[in-house]
Amino acid sequence: MATSSTTLPSAGPAAGSRSFLSRLRDGDEVARLITFLFAATVVLMTLLLVFELWQGSVLPRHKFGLAFFRTSTWDPVEEQFGAIPFIYGTLVTASVALLIAVPLGIGAAIFLAELAPPRISDTLEFFIDLLAAVPSVIYGILGVFIVVPLMRQYIDPALKSVLGFLPLFQGPAYGVGFLTAGIVLAIMVIPFIISVSREVLLSVPRDQREAALALGATRWESTWKVVVPFARSGILGSIFLALARALGETMAVAMVIGNDPKISASLFAPGYSIAAVIANELAEATSELHTQSLIELGLVLFLLTFILNGLARVLIVVTSQRGAGSATA
Amino acid sequence: MNSRLRWRKFVSGFMLTLTGVCAVVSVLALFLILGYLVVRGGASINWAFFTRLPAPVGEIGGGMANAIVGSGKLLLLATLFGVPIGFLGAIYLAEFSGHKMAFLVRYSADLLNGVPSIVIGVFAYTVAVLPFKQFSTLAGGFALGLMMIPITLRSTEDFLRSVPNNLREGAMALGASKWKMIATVIVPAAYRGILTAVLLAFARVAGETAPLIFTALGNTFWSPGWTQPTSSLPVTIYNYALSPYEDWHRQAWAGGLVLLVLILLINIIARGILARGISVSRS
Amino acid sequence: MKRIPASIAVLVLGAAAVLLADNTLSINGAGATFPFPMYSKWFDEYHKKNPNLAINYQSIGSGGGIKQVTEGTVDFGATDGPMSDEQLKAYQDKHGSGILHFPTVLGAVVPTYNIPGVNASLNFTPEALAGIFLGKITKWNDPAIAGANKDVNLPANDIVVVHRADGSGTTYCWTDYLSKVSDEWKNKVGKGTSVSWPVGLGGKGSEGVTGTVKNTPNSITYVELIYAEANKIPYGSVKNADGVFVRASLAGVTAAAAAAAKEMPDDFRVSITNVKGKGAYPISTFTWLLIPAKFSDNAKRDAIKGFVAWMLADGQNFAEALSYARLPNEVVAKEKKALANIQ
Repeated sequence: MATSSTTLPSAGPAAGSRSFLSRLRDGDEVARLITFLFAATVVLMTLLLVFELWQGSVLPRHKFGLAFFRTSTWDPVEEQFGAIPFIYGTLVTASVALLIAVPLGIGAAIFLAELAPPRISDTLEFFIDLLAAVPSVIYGILGVFIVVPLMRQYIDPALKSVLGFLPLFQGPAYGVGFLTAGIVLAIMVIPFIISVSREVLLSVPRDQREAALALGATRWESTWKVVVPFARSGILGSIFLALARALGETMAVAMVIGNDPKISASLFAPGYSIAAVIANELAEATSELHTQSLIELGLVLFLLTFILNGLARVLIVVTSQRGAGSATA
Repeated sequence: MNSRLRWRKFVSGFMLTLTGVCAVVSVLALFLILGYLVVRGGASINWAFFTRLPAPVGEIGGGMANAIVGSGKLLLLATLFGVPIGFLGAIYLAEFSGHKMAFLVRYSADLLNGVPSIVIGVFAYTVAVLPFKQFSTLAGGFALGLMMIPITLRSTEDFLRSVPNNLREGAMALGASKWKMIATVIVPAAYRGILTAVLLAFARVAGETAPLIFTALGNTFWSPGWTQPTSSLPVTIYNYALSPYEDWHRQAWAGGLVLLVLILLINIIARGILARGISVSRS
Repeated sequence: MKRIPASIAVLVLGAAAVLLADNTLSINGAGATFPFPMYSKWFDEYHKKNPNLAINYQSIGSGGGIKQVTEGTVDFGATDGPMSDEQLKAYQDKHGSGILHFPTVLGAVVPTYNIPGVNASLNFTPEALAGIFLGKITKWNDPAIAGANKDVNLPANDIVVVHRADGSGTTYCWTDYLSKVSDEWKNKVGKGTSVSWPVGLGGKGSEGVTGTVKNTPNSITYVELIYAEANKIPYGSVKNADGVFVRASLAGVTAAAAAAAKEMPDDFRVSITNVKGKGAYPISTFTWLLIPAKFSDNAKRDAIKGFVAWMLADGQNFAEALSYARLPNEVVAKEKKALANIQ
């Protein structure tokens, strides 16, 4: 048996009432220690990850400092590295994705939560959950073989002829680029918006709806003007979750974004995202500065997703607490 | 009925129909994806695909046998690494820990969960490849296992907590020590949920590509043992899809179909287990 | 209940370990995509002759080959852009011993394109190529291109430039050539395995850029000859240093290597772009294996030396079928002697 000389305070129902010796004899102290070690491993791994990201990017942080975020050149020959094209590409593709996915997703969530009979709602939700499980590389091959030719042959020219007066839709269209990447990302994140929004909408207490209907609102008005605003934070949380997923998405984007580290006003233009450049260049960045600049990009991505995930969780919790609090009122 | 009300009713009907359209479109995506994969990939799935090694570049007739086995080995390692940590860590959180430690562990798990898979790949390259000067199945399994930990941990903790307290109290009243109570009463009561969590985590990492590019690298042959680079299904699909060779494209579709079917099956089974489990424990 | 999954896991692990941990010697190499079709064939053939030896080559780009062999994560590397002095020093500093270049075959980098309605082999002047890749020549019917192709009907479409997104020896060769023929390119972009491209889409690996060009109308890229041939995409002729338009061929590449063969430096690092010579193709290059001078594992060392010896003899017979040129005899002889330097 392990001989633990420090007395760990024990949680659980029978807290202080059993002596340390009896706990030790029954093996509880061992069990506690073992499970503690495993739990601590989780914390240690996370700390190690952050540490490695920080340590691994020391060269560019010292050499470029904040200028890293103001430079748009990425020149391995001249050893000049700047993050702007990648941050730009990551944000633009994510924005396009959300612009498409949010209306569709919230619409679908409203349907599933408010309108559809429970069996249909559950069945459709089942399929949506399966959609969320489709791996990124599959979206990638569909992107390369189906979406890109579709964009190049039909959708880009159509957009150009209708909306070509906007700088967003000018310039040559290759099929790959910001818009295509955004569309593929949209398909990937819709399930997340739908699942989470549906849950928060379902958690809105019934009396909210009933009160609105009682006051003469139509079904839609009660939903859109009462229920949705009530669940507003949770829905916003689902959007942040989707955004975090879109920002970190690697394979599908790398296969359809065009891999050109340039900023462009046109959505047809090829671009680059943080995740894609790391995937393409890390294994071969020969200079230490190049490698570490890529790791610094990884650190930036990590921080972005970290903040978004944190915000998302807070928002979702706030909504369910509002719902719970209001229901008991 | 005045016209204003008629208009409002019309808007209501219209918008709600629109939401229905949104839902259908979203679900349609799944069927389109499956459909394409079945059509393009189904034709290419044959015995050779499952049993042969890749042929030299440009020659046809190769298969993805080593990629399939490689994925199997990687996932086995990931499970052996990630599940015990998640499971035992969750037991600590649910049964033993104090508030501060619990917060720290949960927070770390959520952090880990949100890390983009490419960053996990970078981390695994730095700690599991460089120091050993070796791309390996172990490094790949480590990266994937890291991704399994948060899902397993949080879900297991939730299911352990959902076991009603009277079961705990009953066991203690009969004189069971804490760990015995956990092992023989609580875990079995929550086992359906835990199994579901493990399966879902497994399905999640089964399709991951980015963490493997810098850890398991790839292998044109069988990967002997655990310390050599290995081919895997997602990475091979990725490489083949980007190539200009028709035969490789064909195989990419086939591989995609196999991968997707596998993942969807696991998801369906997992949810099935959970659904049956809920009705059991609520009774 | 929990025992069952655990015991299954142990069984599977055990079976896997038994089945798969046979006595195959596994050697891992990574690097250039340029010669990948050749290496892929070679390692497959060599495995057939030596079933207990599996040489796993991963085509991740020359930059990746240099980096990973320097890190020590692979047993050998491969590149078409020879390591620079700084890179050699970095290797030396890290390992305490050097790394050797061994040429394997010769290849041609061709400008390959996809212009709807144009199947002919276009003539490209150095100015045209530099202008296109600098982004200054933007349409296919630009006089700089049309001037050399009077009997081809070039459309007024925008040129889509495609280049390598990963660190590439093919890029090294291409930019080496462009730096020699265009001062503007030399000053603005320079040469390297990874450069800051003025324009264009990025594709991953020779495979990626070929695939992109195949699928993208009005595009142009630079890639090893076999990729264009195997995928039946048209590729153009380039005006060489003698002023003659030469279409890439084994003869043209061999002619380019002829002068270099006689004056091959001891470390085998040499550029053969834009050389003078009758019928020489101007964008030719050797491609090299990067083999550490010192091995700690004798079995691996002997296996690799055995492979290189085979490659210099029987291996060369496979080259022409895959559109790579054989090594000149003088180079082969020199390499055989250099094998002794691997300890």
